[in-house]
Amino acid sequence: MSFSHRHLLGLENLSRDELTFLLDTAASFKEISERDIKKVPTLRGKTVVSLFYEASTRTRTSFEIAAKRMSADFISLSSSTSSATKGETLLDTARNLAAMRPDAIILRHSASGAPHFLAARIDCPIVNAGDGSHEHPTQALLDLLTIRERKGRLEGLTVAIVGDILHSRVARSNIFALRTLGATVRLIGPPTLLPPELKAWGETTSDLHEGVRDADVIMMLRLQLERQGKNFFPTVDEYSRYFCLTQRAVAGASPEVIILHPGPMNRGVEIASDVADGPDSVIMGQVTNGIAVRMAVLFLLVNRAKVHSSSEAEAPVAETRPPAARLRRRAG
Amino acid sequence: MSDQLCISGGTLIDPASGTSGPRDLLIGDGHIAAVTEPNRGSGKGAAIDARGCWVVPGLIDMHVHLREPGYEYKETVETGTRAAVAGGFTALACMANTNPVNDNAAVTEYIRERAELAKLARVYPIGAVSKALRGEELAEIGEMHRAGIVAVSDDGMPIMNGGLMRRALEYSAMFGLAVIVHEQDACIAADGVMHEGAVSLRLGLKGIPAAAEEAMIARDIALLARTGGRLHIAHLSTAGAVDLVRDAKARGLAVSAEVTPHHFTLTDAAVDGYNTNAKMNPPLRTQQDVDAVRQGLLDGTIEVIATDHAPHHRDEKDVEFDHAANGIVGLETALPLALRMADEIRLPVERLVGAMSTNPARILGVPGGRLAVGDVADVTIVDPARQWMVDAARFQSKSRNTPFGGMAVRGQAVVTIVGGHVVWRADDVTANAAARPA
Repeated sequence: MSFSHRHLLGLENLSRDELTFLLDTAASFKEISERDIKKVPTLRGKTVVSLFYEASTRTRTSFEIAAKRMSADFISLSSSTSSATKGETLLDTARNLAAMRPDAIILRHSASGAPHFLAARIDCPIVNAGDGSHEHPTQALLDLLTIRERKGRLEGLTVAIVGDILHSRVARSNIFALRTLGATVRLIGPPTLLPPELKAWGETTSDLHEGVRDADVIMMLRLQLERQGKNFFPTVDEYSRYFCLTQRAVAGASPEVIILHPGPMNRGVEIASDVADGPDSVIMGQVTNGIAVRMAVLFLLVNRAKVHSSSEAEAPVAETRPPAARLRRRAG
Repeated sequence: MSDQLCISGGTLIDPASGTSGPRDLLIGDGHIAAVTEPNRGSGKGAAIDARGCWVVPGLIDMHVHLREPGYEYKETVETGTRAAVAGGFTALACMANTNPVNDNAAVTEYIRERAELAKLARVYPIGAVSKALRGEELAEIGEMHRAGIVAVSDDGMPIMNGGLMRRALEYSAMFGLAVIVHEQDACIAADGVMHEGAVSLRLGLKGIPAAAEEAMIARDIALLARTGGRLHIAHLSTAGAVDLVRDAKARGLAVSAEVTPHHFTLTDAAVDGYNTNAKMNPPLRTQQDVDAVRQGLLDGTIEVIATDHAPHHRDEKDVEFDHAANGIVGLETALPLALRMADEIRLPVERLVGAMSTNPARILGVPGGRLAVGDVADVTIVDPARQWMVDAARFQSKSRNTPFGGMAVRGQAVVTIVGGHVVWRADDVTANAAARPA
């Protein structure tokens, strides 16, 4: 098994084997972050550029740490530091970056499809770090890795996703991958954020207690506070009355339920503090897994690009698989 | 008689007279001089061999954006009318959303002058309903009528003010002008960029529900029942809209409707991959809607095929989907797409010619659309069997924004004649630069 895609644009079109391979690769990288010296030379001499057109601390930092733990050079551009403020188009900015020969570009953008747009036009691997309301593949991969670690599997699980499903890229990536991997999803939120076509993906309900009943996993979404005033719900206070995950709601779930949140949390809005900090919460584990997932993604895309551009034959499986032992050897 | 031209050997299709069969057509002094049985025409003047072809009244596109004045980098009257004749259109009506807006007689006259200089297709300006398309106050419709507008429309800017819409229907009736409406409730559509449904949900793009169009059509039909006047619904796109128009017609109301080739050919699935050449307003809908608009053409609910030719510069389409301009060029692909659709739903060719010539001429009250003795000699000769490949690089239009590039199609306008003069020959592109004499 290898990962044959040039870009990571989303999880919708990845197969069960490809998703599993990504998760296996990420799992094998976790150990590096537990070492005293958290650095391997795997991507030494490689340049990774992050281009963020939306504010982000967690995701950008996570990518930066991932790249640096693999010894890549990491350059971070945001819309305020790029020429976007001077009116340069996304395409021109990306073309200029590509002309400097980076080995991967990590893009976050408010427009759905922005990374797909660039992938079709510039010659550099693109990692989607969140595009509009579309996908956020590395977030979903770290969610999947976290669930798999705790539950030992993904197939057959019932995952309740709660919140602004309509606008959530985290929800979409998770829904696509969970369904491919054999999990059942339930989608919970006010009817304004649950369009009827969602039923093709899973059961929908506006009753939080009913939605999380017997669930193996509860995945909370961040409520975008700017949705207030657009009539998706009257006020944040009223939203939290119906959709804030409290201990009482969690009590109806499976006794072994785990609770995820992609952060940043609005405590008391979509999740009660005692739930977020409670024994069922795996939220900090998600953050830790984010590093391993992003290391794996960068490793697979940059290495594949190297093979691709030197027009050698596809690297044998043993070469693309990064056993921790081999990495440790190189590090030593 | 000078400038005689004989078109012989073809199949004449003239829905107005009910003629459909082998006829020769004799043109003199810019008008139809005679329609005869084959080989009976006089031997004088030039001749065009139309064997294997249909000879039809020149196609008329009642929904075109020529972009001049103001957006000449997208299209000009000259390039737009050249695209028109290349697509078999001898006349077109152009929308008012230029810069300045065609909301006064000076702009109307300017557009007509540019068309006179181009000497290609006939150009009929459509005046704005409201000043600056702001949807607040009526434009000087009477002054523009004197300058030559053939209808009024705020196309591109749906008229959200129902009170203004009411007065527009009432007032334009004084001049016999149809009010052409872009039906979309802006509050329901909000910031949508494609049809709202399974595809928009999957792609994470904001949707425009079918109800945005249907709610406005329902409003305007209700107004029409009170006001009189004539309502023409531009680029109708949903199944529910077809039902509303069908019901209104059954009640005897003066409503007509058009559909574009893209709305009877493509669905919202064309947006997949964030294809900005599949971004238009109204958006591409579902297969159910495509089937319904085709049924509407078949049962006569929809009388007109119009292109909504909307040229845009490459830079306006080569951007993120959310930021891309709406619309596609249509003049040079409409005929083969219409022929394919007609073939698929078994729409008789006479009806197709009616939808692309006779009916728009009647709704706008302009010459053409028929080929009886004494009518203007606007004629399109169509080779229905000719196979070709859509290649945007070879368009006469200044713009290239089409989702149909690379598509294998059948049927082409091989000769386009305006006022008795050949303005386009598909097989002799170099000669096409010679315009018709003043």
